[in-house]
Amino acid sequence: MAVGGTKVNPKKFEKGQIPLYLYLIPVAIFMGAPIIYIFNHAFKPMDELYAFPPKFFVNHPSLINFQNLMQTAAGSSIPISRYIFNSLVVTIGVVFLSVMISTMAGFALSKMKFKLNKPIFEVNNLALMFVATAVTIPRYLTISFVGILDTYWAHILPLIAMPVCLFLIKQFIDQVPNSLLEAAQLEGANAFTIYRKIIIPMVKPAIATGAILSFQAVWNNVETSNLFTSSEGIRTLSFYMNTLSGVGTVQGQGMAAAAALIMFIPNLLLFVIMQSNVMNTMAHSGLK
Amino acid sequence: MITKKSTPYLFLAPYLILFSVFIIIPTAMAIGLSFTNYNAVQTPEFIGLTNYINLLTQDTIFLQYVLPNTILFSVVVGPVGYMLAFFLAWSLSQLTKLPRTILALIIYSPSMTMGVAMTVVWRTVFLGNQSGIANYVLTQLGIITEPIIWMQNTQYIMPIVIIVALWSSMGVGFLAMLAGLLNVSPELYEAAAIDGVRNRFQEVFYITIPSMKPQMLFGAVMAVTNAFQAGNIGVMLTGSNPTPQYAAQLMVNHIEDYGFTRYEMGYAAAVSVALLGLIYSFSFVARRLFEEKD
Repeated sequence: MAVGGTKVNPKKFEKGQIPLYLYLIPVAIFMGAPIIYIFNHAFKPMDELYAFPPKFFVNHPSLINFQNLMQTAAGSSIPISRYIFNSLVVTIGVVFLSVMISTMAGFALSKMKFKLNKPIFEVNNLALMFVATAVTIPRYLTISFVGILDTYWAHILPLIAMPVCLFLIKQFIDQVPNSLLEAAQLEGANAFTIYRKIIIPMVKPAIATGAILSFQAVWNNVETSNLFTSSEGIRTLSFYMNTLSGVGTVQGQGMAAAAALIMFIPNLLLFVIMQSNVMNTMAHSGLK
Repeated sequence: MITKKSTPYLFLAPYLILFSVFIIIPTAMAIGLSFTNYNAVQTPEFIGLTNYINLLTQDTIFLQYVLPNTILFSVVVGPVGYMLAFFLAWSLSQLTKLPRTILALIIYSPSMTMGVAMTVVWRTVFLGNQSGIANYVLTQLGIITEPIIWMQNTQYIMPIVIIVALWSSMGVGFLAMLAGLLNVSPELYEAAAIDGVRNRFQEVFYITIPSMKPQMLFGAVMAVTNAFQAGNIGVMLTGSNPTPQYAAQLMVNHIEDYGFTRYEMGYAAAVSVALLGLIYSFSFVARRLFEEKD
Protein backbone atom coordinates (compact mmCIF):
# COMPACT_ATOMS: atom_id res chain seq x y z
CA MET A 1 0.00 0.00 0.00
CA ALA A 2 1.19 3.49 -0.80
CA VAL A 3 2.70 5.33 2.12
CA GLY A 4 1.04 8.56 1.07
CA GLY A 5 -2.28 6.80 1.50
CA THR A 6 -3.77 7.67 -1.88
CA LYS A 7 -6.03 4.78 -2.62
CA VAL A 8 -7.81 5.11 -5.91
CA ASN A 9 -11.29 3.68 -6.37
CA PRO A 10 -11.45 1.89 -2.99
CA LYS A 11 -13.87 -0.97 -2.60
CA LYS A 12 -15.20 -0.04 0.82
CA PHE A 13 -15.52 2.91 3.15
CA GLU A 14 -12.53 3.63 5.37
CA LYS A 15 -11.82 6.26 7.99
CA GLY A 16 -9.28 7.91 5.75
CA GLN A 17 -12.08 9.04 3.44
CA ILE A 18 -13.77 11.20 6.07
CA PRO A 19 -11.62 14.32 5.45
CA LEU A 20 -12.53 14.13 1.75
CA TYR A 21 -16.23 14.11 2.59
CA LEU A 22 -15.72 17.07 4.90
CA TYR A 23 -15.08 19.36 1.94
CA LEU A 24 -16.69 17.46 -0.92
CA ILE A 25 -20.13 17.56 0.66
CA PRO A 26 -20.13 21.36 1.17
CA VAL A 27 -18.89 21.78 -2.42
CA ALA A 28 -21.67 19.51 -3.65
CA ILE A 29 -24.20 21.53 -1.65
CA PHE A 30 -22.97 24.75 -3.25
CA MET A 31 -23.11 23.20 -6.71
CA GLY A 32 -26.45 21.51 -6.21
CA ALA A 33 -28.33 24.14 -4.21
CA PRO A 34 -29.23 26.36 -7.17
CA ILE A 35 -30.64 23.32 -8.95
CA ILE A 36 -32.68 22.21 -5.92
CA TYR A 37 -33.78 25.83 -5.63
CA ILE A 38 -35.09 25.97 -9.18
CA PHE A 39 -37.10 22.79 -8.57
CA ASN A 40 -38.69 24.48 -5.55
CA HIS A 41 -39.05 27.93 -7.05
CA ALA A 42 -40.88 26.63 -10.10
CA PHE A 43 -43.63 25.17 -7.90
CA LYS A 44 -44.06 28.17 -5.58
CA PRO A 45 -47.42 29.93 -5.65
CA MET A 46 -47.44 33.73 -6.09
CA ASP A 47 -47.36 34.65 -2.40
CA GLU A 48 -44.34 32.43 -1.75
CA LEU A 49 -42.32 33.66 -4.72
CA TYR A 50 -41.70 37.03 -3.16
CA ALA A 51 -42.35 36.12 0.44
CA PHE A 52 -40.37 37.93 3.08
CA PRO A 53 -38.27 36.42 4.53
CA PRO A 54 -37.43 34.57 1.29
CA LYS A 55 -37.98 30.82 1.44
CA PHE A 56 -35.69 28.26 -0.12
CA PHE A 57 -38.16 25.37 -0.11
CA VAL A 58 -41.70 25.46 -1.38
CA ASN A 59 -44.46 25.13 1.25
CA HIS A 60 -47.58 24.64 -0.81
CA PRO A 61 -46.50 23.36 -4.21
CA SER A 62 -48.70 24.53 -7.06
CA LEU A 63 -48.68 24.33 -10.82
CA ILE A 64 -49.67 27.98 -11.20
CA ASN A 65 -46.35 28.98 -12.80
CA PHE A 66 -46.68 26.27 -15.41
CA GLN A 67 -50.28 27.30 -16.06
CA ASN A 68 -49.24 30.93 -16.45
CA LEU A 69 -46.55 29.82 -18.83
CA MET A 70 -49.06 27.96 -20.99
CA GLN A 71 -51.49 30.87 -20.88
CA THR A 72 -48.89 33.44 -21.89
CA ALA A 73 -47.86 31.18 -24.71
CA ALA A 74 -51.48 30.74 -25.78
CA GLY A 75 -51.89 34.53 -25.80
CA SER A 76 -49.01 35.05 -28.19
CA SER A 77 -49.39 34.49 -31.91
CA ILE A 78 -47.29 31.31 -31.85
CA PRO A 79 -48.57 28.38 -29.75
CA ILE A 80 -46.02 26.78 -27.46
CA SER A 81 -46.49 23.46 -29.25
CA ARG A 82 -44.86 25.09 -32.26
CA TYR A 83 -41.71 25.97 -30.29
CA ILE A 84 -41.62 22.46 -28.86
CA PHE A 85 -42.02 20.97 -32.33
CA ASN A 86 -39.24 23.18 -33.69
CA SER A 87 -36.91 22.24 -30.83
CA LEU A 88 -37.58 18.55 -31.36
CA VAL A 89 -36.91 18.72 -35.09
CA VAL A 90 -33.73 20.72 -34.61
CA THR A 91 -32.44 18.67 -31.67
CA ILE A 92 -33.09 15.30 -33.25
CA GLY A 93 -31.57 16.52 -36.51
CA VAL A 94 -28.39 17.82 -34.91
CA VAL A 95 -27.84 14.88 -32.56
CA PHE A 96 -28.42 12.27 -35.26
CA LEU A 97 -26.38 13.98 -37.95
CA SER A 98 -23.50 14.99 -35.73
CA VAL A 99 -23.12 11.48 -34.34
CA MET A 100 -23.30 10.05 -37.82
CA ILE A 101 -20.70 12.30 -39.42
CA SER A 102 -18.42 12.18 -36.36
CA THR A 103 -18.39 8.38 -36.29
CA MET A 104 -17.73 8.27 -40.03
CA ALA A 105 -14.90 10.78 -39.80
CA GLY A 106 -13.59 9.16 -36.62
CA PHE A 107 -13.48 5.79 -38.35
CA ALA A 108 -11.50 7.25 -41.23
CA LEU A 109 -9.05 9.09 -38.96
CA SER A 110 -8.56 6.15 -36.64
CA LYS A 111 -8.44 3.16 -38.95
CA MET A 112 -7.47 4.32 -42.41
CA LYS A 113 -4.06 5.27 -43.76
CA PHE A 114 -3.97 8.31 -46.00
CA LYS A 115 -1.78 11.32 -46.47
CA LEU A 116 -3.84 13.99 -44.73
CA ASN A 117 -4.79 11.85 -41.75
CA LYS A 118 -2.50 13.50 -39.21
CA PRO A 119 -2.95 17.10 -40.42
CA ILE A 120 -6.76 16.80 -40.35
CA PHE A 121 -6.73 15.44 -36.82
CA GLU A 122 -4.34 18.19 -35.76
CA VAL A 123 -6.59 20.90 -37.19
CA ASN A 124 -9.54 19.34 -35.42
CA ASN A 125 -7.57 19.37 -32.16
CA LEU A 126 -6.88 23.07 -32.60
CA ALA A 127 -10.57 23.59 -33.26
CA LEU A 128 -11.42 22.07 -29.86
CA MET A 129 -10.80 25.60 -28.68
CA PHE A 130 -13.14 27.11 -31.22
CA VAL A 131 -15.49 29.57 -29.55
CA ALA A 132 -18.42 30.13 -31.88
CA THR A 133 -19.46 33.42 -30.31
CA ALA A 134 -16.11 34.91 -31.25
CA VAL A 135 -16.89 34.58 -34.94
CA THR A 136 -20.64 35.09 -34.84
CA ILE A 137 -20.57 37.74 -37.55
CA PRO A 138 -18.70 35.83 -40.25
CA ARG A 139 -20.82 32.81 -39.33
CA TYR A 140 -23.89 34.89 -39.98
CA LEU A 141 -22.42 35.94 -43.31
CA THR A 142 -21.65 32.37 -44.38
CA ILE A 143 -25.12 31.23 -43.36
CA SER A 144 -26.70 34.00 -45.36
CA PHE A 145 -24.39 33.18 -48.29
CA VAL A 146 -25.38 29.50 -48.18
CA GLY A 147 -28.96 30.76 -48.30
CA ILE A 148 -30.36 29.03 -45.24
CA LEU A 149 -31.15 32.10 -43.11
CA ASP A 150 -34.51 31.74 -41.42
CA THR A 151 -34.89 28.01 -42.14
CA TYR A 152 -34.54 24.94 -39.95
CA TRP A 153 -31.14 24.38 -41.54
CA ALA A 154 -29.86 27.57 -39.91
CA HIS A 155 -30.38 25.88 -36.54
CA ILE A 156 -29.04 22.53 -37.63
CA LEU A 157 -26.11 22.84 -40.03
CA PRO A 158 -23.86 25.19 -38.03
CA LEU A 159 -23.95 22.88 -34.99
CA ILE A 160 -23.37 19.50 -36.60
CA ALA A 161 -19.59 19.54 -36.90
CA MET A 162 -18.47 19.44 -33.27
CA PRO A 163 -14.69 19.06 -32.90
CA VAL A 164 -15.01 17.65 -29.39
CA CYS A 165 -17.41 14.91 -30.56
CA LEU A 166 -15.11 13.85 -33.36
CA PHE A 167 -12.16 13.89 -31.01
CA LEU A 168 -13.78 11.71 -28.33
CA ILE A 169 -15.24 9.27 -30.84
CA LYS A 170 -11.95 8.93 -32.74
CA GLN A 171 -10.05 8.26 -29.53
CA PHE A 172 -12.57 5.58 -28.66
CA ILE A 173 -12.41 3.92 -32.07
CA ASP A 174 -8.63 3.65 -31.52
CA GLN A 175 -9.45 0.97 -28.93
CA VAL A 176 -11.17 -1.29 -31.47
CA PRO A 177 -8.60 -3.98 -32.31
CA ASN A 178 -7.29 -3.85 -35.88
CA SER A 179 -7.34 -7.64 -36.11
CA LEU A 180 -11.12 -7.57 -35.96
CA LEU A 181 -11.34 -5.28 -38.95
CA GLU A 182 -8.74 -7.27 -40.86
CA ALA A 183 -10.68 -10.49 -40.30
CA ALA A 184 -13.83 -8.82 -41.59
CA GLN A 185 -11.93 -7.56 -44.60
CA LEU A 186 -10.67 -11.04 -45.40
CA GLU A 187 -14.26 -12.20 -45.43
CA GLY A 188 -14.93 -9.59 -48.05
CA ALA A 189 -16.53 -6.83 -46.01
CA ASN A 190 -16.01 -3.37 -47.48
CA ALA A 191 -15.45 -0.17 -45.50
CA PHE A 192 -19.16 0.64 -45.25
CA THR A 193 -20.02 -2.81 -43.94
CA ILE A 194 -17.21 -2.60 -41.39
CA TYR A 195 -18.47 0.82 -40.31
CA ARG A 196 -22.02 -0.42 -39.91
CA LYS A 197 -21.43 -3.89 -38.52
CA ILE A 198 -18.31 -3.44 -36.38
CA ILE A 199 -17.48 0.17 -35.59
CA ILE A 200 -20.96 1.39 -34.69
CA PRO A 201 -21.82 -1.49 -32.33
CA MET A 202 -18.40 -1.36 -30.65
CA VAL A 203 -18.26 2.34 -29.91
CA LYS A 204 -21.72 2.76 -28.39
CA PRO A 205 -20.37 4.49 -25.23
CA ALA A 206 -18.64 7.12 -27.37
CA ILE A 207 -21.78 7.53 -29.45
CA ALA A 208 -23.79 8.10 -26.28
CA THR A 209 -21.28 10.69 -25.14
CA GLY A 210 -21.25 12.45 -28.49
CA ALA A 211 -25.04 12.43 -28.47
CA ILE A 212 -25.16 14.04 -25.01
CA LEU A 213 -22.66 16.73 -25.92
CA SER A 214 -24.44 17.64 -29.13
CA PHE A 215 -27.78 17.50 -27.32
CA GLN A 216 -26.49 20.03 -24.79
CA ALA A 217 -25.14 22.23 -27.54
CA VAL A 218 -28.41 22.34 -29.49
CA TRP A 219 -31.17 21.99 -26.89
CA ASN A 220 -29.90 24.93 -24.83
CA ASN A 221 -28.93 27.02 -27.84
CA VAL A 222 -30.46 30.46 -28.00
CA GLU A 223 -28.07 32.01 -30.49
CA THR A 224 -29.24 30.30 -33.66
CA SER A 225 -32.79 31.53 -33.02
CA ASN A 226 -31.59 34.97 -32.06
CA LEU A 227 -29.20 35.55 -34.90
CA PHE A 228 -29.99 33.28 -37.81
CA THR A 229 -33.80 33.38 -37.88
CA SER A 230 -36.22 36.25 -38.10
CA SER A 231 -39.67 34.64 -38.17
CA GLU A 232 -41.12 33.69 -34.79
CA GLY A 233 -42.61 30.48 -36.17
CA ILE A 234 -39.23 28.91 -36.75
CA ARG A 235 -37.60 29.70 -33.42
CA THR A 236 -36.96 27.13 -30.71
CA LEU A 237 -38.23 26.44 -27.22
CA SER A 238 -34.98 27.57 -25.59
CA PHE A 239 -35.34 30.94 -27.31
CA TYR A 240 -38.94 31.30 -26.14
CA MET A 241 -38.10 30.25 -22.58
CA ASN A 242 -35.27 32.73 -22.61
CA THR A 243 -37.54 35.63 -23.57
CA LEU A 244 -39.65 34.84 -20.50
CA SER A 245 -36.77 35.23 -18.08
CA GLY A 246 -36.49 38.84 -19.17
CA VAL A 247 -39.91 39.67 -17.70
CA GLY A 248 -39.34 41.45 -14.42
CA THR A 249 -42.73 40.94 -12.76
CA VAL A 250 -43.48 38.49 -9.93
CA GLN A 251 -45.48 36.41 -12.37
CA GLY A 252 -42.55 36.55 -14.81
CA GLN A 253 -40.18 35.30 -12.13
CA GLY A 254 -42.29 32.24 -11.48
CA MET A 255 -42.72 31.55 -15.16
CA ALA A 256 -38.98 31.92 -15.75
CA ALA A 257 -38.27 29.38 -13.04
CA ALA A 258 -40.79 26.97 -14.54
CA ALA A 259 -39.26 27.52 -17.97
CA ALA A 260 -35.72 26.96 -16.71
CA LEU A 261 -36.84 23.73 -15.08
CA ILE A 262 -38.51 22.49 -18.26
CA MET A 263 -35.31 23.20 -20.20
CA PHE A 264 -33.04 21.65 -17.59
CA ILE A 265 -34.77 18.32 -16.95
CA PRO A 266 -34.05 16.68 -20.32
CA ASN A 267 -30.33 17.50 -19.87
CA LEU A 268 -30.31 15.91 -16.45
CA LEU A 269 -32.28 12.79 -17.40
CA LEU A 270 -30.16 12.11 -20.44
CA PHE A 271 -26.94 12.40 -18.49
CA VAL A 272 -28.13 10.25 -15.59
CA ILE A 273 -29.18 7.51 -18.01
CA MET A 274 -25.93 7.61 -19.94
CA GLN A 275 -23.39 8.50 -17.25
CA SER A 276 -21.54 5.18 -17.22
CA ASN A 277 -21.10 5.41 -21.01
CA VAL A 278 -19.76 8.93 -20.62
CA MET A 279 -17.21 7.93 -17.99
CA ASN A 280 -16.15 5.01 -20.16
CA THR A 281 -15.54 7.38 -23.08
CA MET A 282 -13.70 9.92 -20.95
CA ALA A 283 -11.19 7.26 -19.93
CA HIS A 284 -9.93 7.44 -23.52
CA SER A 285 -10.13 11.21 -23.86
CA GLY A 286 -6.42 11.92 -23.53
CA LEU A 287 -5.04 14.68 -25.78
CA LYS A 288 -1.49 13.93 -26.81
CA MET B 1 -5.69 -1.11 -42.70
CA ILE B 2 -8.19 0.05 -45.25
CA THR B 3 -6.07 1.39 -48.03
CA LYS B 4 -8.32 2.16 -50.98
CA LYS B 5 -7.49 5.75 -51.76
CA SER B 6 -10.90 7.34 -52.09
CA THR B 7 -12.55 5.66 -49.09
CA PRO B 8 -11.14 7.83 -46.28
CA TYR B 9 -12.22 11.00 -48.00
CA LEU B 10 -15.68 9.58 -48.63
CA PHE B 11 -16.05 9.00 -44.90
CA LEU B 12 -14.55 12.34 -43.99
CA ALA B 13 -16.36 14.45 -46.55
CA PRO B 14 -19.58 15.30 -44.63
CA TYR B 15 -17.67 16.32 -41.52
CA LEU B 16 -14.99 18.20 -43.40
CA ILE B 17 -17.48 20.16 -45.49
CA LEU B 18 -19.48 21.34 -42.48
CA PHE B 19 -16.33 21.89 -40.45
CA SER B 20 -14.92 24.10 -43.20
CA VAL B 21 -18.10 26.06 -43.86
CA PHE B 22 -18.99 26.81 -40.26
CA ILE B 23 -15.64 26.81 -38.47
CA ILE B 24 -12.68 27.32 -40.82
CA ILE B 25 -14.23 29.80 -43.26
CA PRO B 26 -15.78 32.02 -40.56
CA THR B 27 -12.43 32.13 -38.77
CA ALA B 28 -10.63 33.03 -42.00
CA MET B 29 -13.31 35.62 -42.76
CA ALA B 30 -12.91 37.18 -39.33
CA ILE B 31 -9.21 37.59 -40.05
CA GLY B 32 -9.94 39.04 -43.50
CA LEU B 33 -12.67 41.41 -42.29
CA SER B 34 -10.50 42.66 -39.46
CA PHE B 35 -8.47 44.61 -42.06
CA THR B 36 -11.54 46.32 -43.47
CA ASN B 37 -14.17 48.88 -42.72
CA TYR B 38 -17.47 47.08 -43.15
CA ASN B 39 -20.96 48.13 -42.10
CA ALA B 40 -22.82 45.03 -43.34
CA VAL B 41 -24.39 46.97 -46.24
CA GLN B 42 -21.62 48.37 -48.43
CA THR B 43 -18.71 46.30 -49.71
CA PRO B 44 -15.87 46.02 -47.19
CA GLU B 45 -13.19 48.64 -47.72
CA PHE B 46 -9.58 47.65 -47.05
CA ILE B 47 -8.02 49.83 -44.37
CA GLY B 48 -4.98 47.80 -43.34
CA LEU B 49 -4.18 47.69 -39.67
CA THR B 50 -6.37 50.65 -38.72
CA ASN B 51 -8.83 48.54 -36.72
CA TYR B 52 -6.07 47.01 -34.65
CA ILE B 53 -4.40 50.38 -34.13
CA ASN B 54 -7.71 51.86 -33.01
CA LEU B 55 -8.32 48.91 -30.74
CA LEU B 56 -5.02 49.41 -28.97
CA THR B 57 -4.94 53.22 -28.93
CA GLN B 58 -8.43 54.73 -29.30
CA ASP B 59 -10.87 52.31 -27.76
CA THR B 60 -10.76 53.48 -24.15
CA ILE B 61 -13.62 51.20 -23.17
CA PHE B 62 -11.68 48.23 -24.47
CA LEU B 63 -8.46 49.21 -22.74
CA GLN B 64 -10.02 50.39 -19.50
CA TYR B 65 -12.68 47.75 -18.96
CA VAL B 66 -12.98 45.00 -21.55
CA LEU B 67 -9.37 43.83 -21.70
CA PRO B 68 -8.67 43.82 -17.93
CA ASN B 69 -12.08 42.21 -17.31
CA THR B 70 -11.42 39.51 -19.88
CA ILE B 71 -7.99 38.73 -18.49
CA LEU B 72 -9.23 38.61 -14.91
CA PHE B 73 -12.25 36.52 -15.84
CA SER B 74 -10.38 34.06 -18.04
CA VAL B 75 -7.52 33.58 -15.58
CA VAL B 76 -9.89 32.87 -12.70
CA VAL B 77 -12.40 30.77 -14.61
CA GLY B 78 -9.74 29.12 -16.81
CA PRO B 79 -6.62 28.11 -14.85
CA VAL B 80 -8.10 28.51 -11.36
CA GLY B 81 -11.28 26.69 -12.34
CA TYR B 82 -9.12 24.01 -13.91
CA MET B 83 -7.06 23.47 -10.76
CA LEU B 84 -10.28 23.34 -8.78
CA ALA B 85 -11.66 20.76 -11.19
CA PHE B 86 -8.52 18.65 -10.84
CA PHE B 87 -8.59 18.91 -7.07
CA LEU B 88 -12.25 17.87 -6.91
CA ALA B 89 -11.69 15.00 -9.35
CA TRP B 90 -8.64 13.88 -7.37
CA SER B 91 -10.65 13.88 -4.15
CA LEU B 92 -13.57 12.08 -5.74
CA SER B 93 -11.32 9.39 -7.18
CA GLN B 94 -10.51 8.27 -3.65
CA LEU B 95 -14.12 7.55 -2.71
CA THR B 96 -16.11 4.36 -3.19
CA LYS B 97 -18.14 4.06 -6.37
CA LEU B 98 -21.66 5.02 -5.31
CA PRO B 99 -20.92 8.23 -3.38
CA ARG B 100 -18.37 9.17 -6.03
CA THR B 101 -20.91 8.83 -8.82
CA ILE B 102 -23.55 10.82 -6.96
CA LEU B 103 -21.19 13.64 -5.98
CA ALA B 104 -19.67 13.79 -9.46
CA LEU B 105 -23.14 14.05 -10.97
CA ILE B 106 -24.06 16.92 -8.65
CA ILE B 107 -20.83 18.77 -9.37
CA TYR B 108 -21.15 18.23 -13.11
CA SER B 109 -24.83 19.09 -13.46
CA PRO B 110 -24.55 22.92 -13.43
CA SER B 111 -22.37 22.78 -16.54
CA MET B 112 -25.04 20.98 -18.58
CA THR B 113 -26.72 24.19 -19.58
CA MET B 114 -23.48 26.21 -19.67
CA GLY B 115 -24.96 28.12 -16.74
CA VAL B 116 -26.96 30.34 -19.02
CA ALA B 117 -30.37 28.72 -18.57
CA MET B 118 -29.81 28.90 -14.85
CA THR B 119 -29.28 32.65 -14.64
CA VAL B 120 -32.86 32.93 -13.40
CA VAL B 121 -31.76 31.24 -10.15
CA TRP B 122 -28.82 33.53 -9.64
CA ARG B 123 -30.95 36.55 -10.40
CA THR B 124 -33.26 35.66 -7.53
CA VAL B 125 -30.33 34.94 -5.24
CA PHE B 126 -28.80 38.34 -6.01
CA LEU B 127 -32.05 40.24 -6.22
CA GLY B 128 -31.54 43.90 -5.45
CA ASN B 129 -34.15 44.21 -2.70
CA GLN B 130 -34.58 42.82 0.78
CA SER B 131 -36.28 39.63 -0.35
CA GLY B 132 -33.24 38.55 -2.37
CA ILE B 133 -31.60 35.58 -0.70
CA ALA B 134 -28.10 37.05 -0.56
CA ASN B 135 -29.38 40.34 0.90
CA TYR B 136 -31.58 38.54 3.39
CA VAL B 137 -28.81 36.29 4.67
CA LEU B 138 -26.31 39.16 4.95
CA THR B 139 -28.89 41.31 6.77
CA GLN B 140 -29.64 38.51 9.21
CA LEU B 141 -25.96 38.06 9.89
CA GLY B 142 -25.69 41.78 10.57
CA ILE B 143 -23.14 42.32 7.82
CA ILE B 144 -25.25 44.83 5.91
CA THR B 145 -28.13 47.08 6.92
CA GLU B 146 -29.36 48.21 3.50
CA PRO B 147 -30.02 45.74 0.69
CA ILE B 148 -27.32 45.82 -2.00
CA ILE B 149 -28.45 46.29 -5.59
CA TRP B 150 -26.05 43.59 -6.76
CA MET B 151 -26.59 43.75 -10.48
CA GLN B 152 -26.20 47.52 -10.70
CA ASN B 153 -23.31 47.84 -8.30
CA THR B 154 -20.13 47.81 -10.36
CA GLN B 155 -18.16 46.57 -7.39
CA TYR B 156 -20.07 43.30 -7.23
CA ILE B 157 -21.04 42.45 -10.80
CA MET B 158 -17.72 40.94 -11.82
CA PRO B 159 -17.23 38.75 -8.72
CA ILE B 160 -20.80 37.44 -9.13
CA VAL B 161 -20.24 36.70 -12.80
CA ILE B 162 -17.05 34.83 -11.90
CA ILE B 163 -18.79 32.79 -9.19
CA VAL B 164 -21.58 31.80 -11.58
CA ALA B 165 -19.06 30.92 -14.30
CA LEU B 166 -17.01 28.79 -11.90
CA TRP B 167 -20.17 27.14 -10.68
CA SER B 168 -20.99 26.05 -14.19
CA SER B 169 -17.43 25.16 -15.23
CA MET B 170 -17.08 21.58 -13.98
CA GLY B 171 -17.85 20.07 -17.37
CA VAL B 172 -16.38 17.57 -19.79
CA GLY B 173 -12.81 18.37 -18.70
CA PHE B 174 -13.66 17.60 -15.09
CA LEU B 175 -15.16 14.24 -16.08
CA ALA B 176 -12.16 13.44 -18.27
CA MET B 177 -9.75 14.10 -15.43
CA LEU B 178 -11.84 11.99 -13.06
CA ALA B 179 -11.77 9.12 -15.54
CA GLY B 180 -8.03 9.61 -16.02
CA LEU B 181 -7.40 9.52 -12.27
CA LEU B 182 -9.35 6.29 -11.92
CA ASN B 183 -7.18 4.71 -14.60
CA VAL B 184 -3.80 5.41 -13.01
CA SER B 185 -2.44 1.99 -12.17
CA PRO B 186 -2.23 1.24 -8.41
CA GLU B 187 1.17 -0.43 -8.92
CA LEU B 188 2.61 2.99 -9.72
CA TYR B 189 1.64 4.28 -6.29
CA GLU B 190 3.07 1.19 -4.62
CA ALA B 191 6.34 1.51 -6.52
CA ALA B 192 6.49 5.19 -5.65
CA ALA B 193 6.07 4.41 -1.96
CA ILE B 194 9.03 2.05 -2.15
CA ASP B 195 11.04 4.70 -4.00
CA GLY B 196 10.57 7.09 -1.11
CA VAL B 197 7.63 9.26 -2.10
CA ARG B 198 6.58 10.48 1.29
CA ASN B 199 3.43 12.57 1.07
CA ARG B 200 0.39 13.12 -1.11
CA PHE B 201 1.79 16.28 -2.64
CA GLN B 202 4.79 14.42 -3.98
CA GLU B 203 2.53 11.62 -5.11
CA VAL B 204 0.27 13.98 -7.07
CA PHE B 205 3.17 15.80 -8.74
CA TYR B 206 5.49 12.87 -9.42
CA ILE B 207 3.04 10.04 -10.07
CA THR B 208 -0.53 11.10 -10.69
CA ILE B 209 -0.13 14.07 -13.03
CA PRO B 210 2.69 12.62 -15.16
CA SER B 211 0.76 9.40 -15.72
CA MET B 212 -2.38 11.17 -16.90
CA LYS B 213 -0.88 14.02 -18.92
CA PRO B 214 -3.15 13.46 -21.95
CA GLN B 215 -6.25 13.85 -19.79
CA MET B 216 -4.71 16.84 -18.05
CA LEU B 217 -4.21 18.50 -21.43
CA PHE B 218 -7.70 17.69 -22.62
CA GLY B 219 -9.07 19.07 -19.35
CA ALA B 220 -7.01 22.24 -19.75
CA VAL B 221 -8.20 22.80 -23.30
CA MET B 222 -11.81 22.31 -22.21
CA ALA B 223 -11.32 24.68 -19.27
CA VAL B 224 -9.98 27.43 -21.52
CA THR B 225 -12.74 26.98 -24.08
CA ASN B 226 -15.37 26.93 -21.38
CA ALA B 227 -14.02 30.11 -19.80
CA PHE B 228 -14.38 32.00 -23.06
CA GLN B 229 -17.73 30.51 -23.93
CA ALA B 230 -19.15 31.59 -20.59
CA GLY B 231 -18.81 35.21 -21.69
CA ASN B 232 -22.54 35.75 -21.92
CA ILE B 233 -23.27 35.19 -18.25
CA GLY B 234 -22.70 38.85 -17.37
CA VAL B 235 -25.12 40.05 -20.01
CA MET B 236 -27.69 37.45 -18.98
CA LEU B 237 -27.42 38.34 -15.29
CA THR B 238 -27.60 42.09 -15.65
CA GLY B 239 -29.99 41.93 -18.58
CA SER B 240 -28.09 44.46 -20.66
CA ASN B 241 -25.22 44.67 -23.12
CA PRO B 242 -23.15 46.68 -22.32
CA THR B 243 -23.25 45.62 -18.67
CA PRO B 244 -23.72 48.52 -16.20
CA GLN B 245 -20.71 50.83 -16.58
CA TYR B 246 -18.93 48.00 -18.42
CA ALA B 247 -18.29 46.33 -15.06
CA ALA B 248 -18.49 42.80 -16.47
CA GLN B 249 -17.91 43.61 -20.14
CA LEU B 250 -15.88 40.84 -21.77
CA MET B 251 -14.45 40.65 -25.27
CA VAL B 252 -17.28 38.40 -26.41
CA ASN B 253 -19.79 41.07 -25.36
CA HIS B 254 -17.69 43.82 -26.93
CA ILE B 255 -17.81 41.94 -30.23
CA GLU B 256 -21.59 41.70 -30.11
CA ASP B 257 -21.90 45.30 -29.05
CA TYR B 258 -19.91 46.49 -32.08
CA GLY B 259 -21.11 43.87 -34.52
CA PHE B 260 -24.83 43.73 -33.87
CA THR B 261 -25.61 47.02 -32.14
CA ARG B 262 -23.35 49.39 -34.08
CA TYR B 263 -22.84 47.34 -37.25
CA GLU B 264 -19.11 48.04 -37.27
CA MET B 265 -18.37 44.54 -38.54
CA GLY B 266 -14.76 45.16 -39.51
CA TYR B 267 -13.91 46.49 -36.08
CA ALA B 268 -15.81 43.67 -34.36
CA ALA B 269 -13.82 41.19 -36.47
CA ALA B 270 -10.57 42.71 -35.23
CA VAL B 271 -11.75 42.18 -31.64
CA SER B 272 -12.63 38.56 -32.58
CA VAL B 273 -9.14 37.95 -33.90
CA ALA B 274 -7.64 39.43 -30.74
CA LEU B 275 -9.90 37.12 -28.71
CA LEU B 276 -8.90 34.04 -30.71
CA GLY B 277 -5.26 35.04 -30.17
CA LEU B 278 -5.86 35.21 -26.44
CA ILE B 279 -7.56 31.79 -26.40
CA TYR B 280 -4.70 30.21 -28.30
CA SER B 281 -2.07 31.77 -26.08
CA PHE B 282 -3.76 30.15 -23.09
CA SER B 283 -3.86 26.77 -24.78
CA PHE B 284 -0.25 27.17 -25.89
CA VAL B 285 0.76 27.37 -22.24
CA ALA B 286 -1.34 24.29 -21.48
CA ARG B 287 0.35 22.37 -24.29
CA ARG B 288 3.77 23.37 -23.05
CA LEU B 289 2.89 22.05 -19.60
CA PHE B 290 1.34 18.74 -20.51
CA GLU B 291 2.47 17.70 -23.95
CA GLU B 292 4.10 14.26 -24.00
CA LYS B 293 7.70 14.65 -25.04
CA ASP B 294 8.60 11.60 -27.04
